[in-house]
Amino acid sequence: MLIQRASDIRSSEITSEGLYHNRREFIKTASAVLGLSAVGSIIPGVEASPLSQAKGKYDTTEKPTPWDDVTTYNNYYEFGTGKDDPARTAKNFKPKPWTVSVEGMVKKPTKWNLDDLIKGFTTEDRIYRMRCVEAWSMVIPWAGFPLKALIDRCEPLPSAKFVEFKTLVDPNQYPEQRRSLFKVLDWPYVEGLRLDEATHPLAFIATGIYGKPMPNQNGAPLRLVVPWKYGFKGIKAIVSMRFTDKAPVNTWQVQAANEYGFYANVNPNVDHPRWTQARERRIGEFFKRPTLMFNGYPEVAEMYAGMDLRKNY
Amino acid sequence: MPKPNRWWIVKPAVFLACLGPTLWLVYLTLTGGLGANPFEKIIKFTGDWTLRFLLITLAITPVRRVTGITSLIRVRRMIGLFTFFQALSHVAAYTVDKEFFWDEILKDVTQRPFIVSGMIALVSMLPLAATSTKKWIVRLGGSRWQALHRLVYLSGIAGVIHYYFNEKSDIRDRYLYIAILVVLLGVRGWHAWRGKRGRGGRPLGAAPLS
Repeated sequence: MLIQRASDIRSSEITSEGLYHNRREFIKTASAVLGLSAVGSIIPGVEASPLSQAKGKYDTTEKPTPWDDVTTYNNYYEFGTGKDDPARTAKNFKPKPWTVSVEGMVKKPTKWNLDDLIKGFTTEDRIYRMRCVEAWSMVIPWAGFPLKALIDRCEPLPSAKFVEFKTLVDPNQYPEQRRSLFKVLDWPYVEGLRLDEATHPLAFIATGIYGKPMPNQNGAPLRLVVPWKYGFKGIKAIVSMRFTDKAPVNTWQVQAANEYGFYANVNPNVDHPRWTQARERRIGEFFKRPTLMFNGYPEVAEMYAGMDLRKNY
Repeated sequence: MPKPNRWWIVKPAVFLACLGPTLWLVYLTLTGGLGANPFEKIIKFTGDWTLRFLLITLAITPVRRVTGITSLIRVRRMIGLFTFFQALSHVAAYTVDKEFFWDEILKDVTQRPFIVSGMIALVSMLPLAATSTKKWIVRLGGSRWQALHRLVYLSGIAGVIHYYFNEKSDIRDRYLYIAILVVLLGVRGWHAWRGKRGRGGRPLGAAPLS
């Protein structure tokens, strides 16, 4: 697909790939011996690029999770329920050509070719925290564009209050969708946002990570990223966007309504029925860290003013 | 059926086989093979193996009945103790993962059915492990010892429930374990019922340990 890039930042400049691959060994030695500023120069063949310094105002300065972890530890049930299943079973997935159907309360319902749908959008990088409902977290350098740009292109009617997303259904490509007995989830995977959430500047559509096209196991060719919500809201391989005036019923809510709600805002004060959400394991770190309200994105709080977040979990 | 003089090799072989999962886990740990989330992996690994060992232990008596290999009883205690060892490893891994935050652990073991069921499974194993020696069989007397060791059924039921709560939604594995448990307990129930009607023999479970 053709995506215009911002001229000032190339995603490959964030941090060179070699640096990421060696990160763990490297940080240990480098920070002990030299201090972070000289880090790039001690690894042969790696340019002295800044250590993923935050460039945009939405970026976190925290250390990104290594590429290998981001691409081998995935929840993507269409490809299997094990964390390491998607990396193995997604290899032959075809993210191109891709069609996205825009439906419901819009000016003109359209089946878009993905390239046309996002034509003219400028890709940018966002280094976001990602907090899974299972109490682990990562820092991921996404590449993509604000969801608002996509919403605007869909031209929703004023009556539309929500947007519902769906993942592809294709048993030929998704092993778990081939099962007729003991299905893991009801397909297709469905997620939704209120339109004010969807048009919030932090809400993002990612088409890549680490300046590279999105790996299949991470949701190619396009996926949702809502950093203040639990990871399961970040629906992958989106094939449809339906605008509606009723709250969509998301897949995990159907599966276990007492455990997973529509909002799924990261909230250390509201436990999952089976475990605490007060702390999280950052992948690659030994000790747990406290979970932050709205995953450390307090600017979204005003959207939920007056709401009982215990009920609207 | 192995002749009695082959037991010098069978027992160590079973012992080594039972040690296999733990050795594999140690190997994975030392070689960095635990993946992105080592804590989660260790907890799941030891939990899975606790349940497998528990079901293997529970399978010995029915398998003896069906196959007639009565000498299988000689490895039952060993496999039972390996079950307990796996369960302890599992709880240790959980506790380390919790970083000894006792308030979190206390809430887990008192309020969350998921963890409560696991605790019941573990606690009901304690007296079995403690009284697993011949000395204790003699001290308690065979029938009382046997009655006490029926606690293993509770442990099995609680363990499968714990597993059921744990799996987020992969229903296949949990139904598999439920099915195995139902068969293993069902066989016992059926046998006991037949025994009551006077057609069954002496319950095989009461055979002396080696």
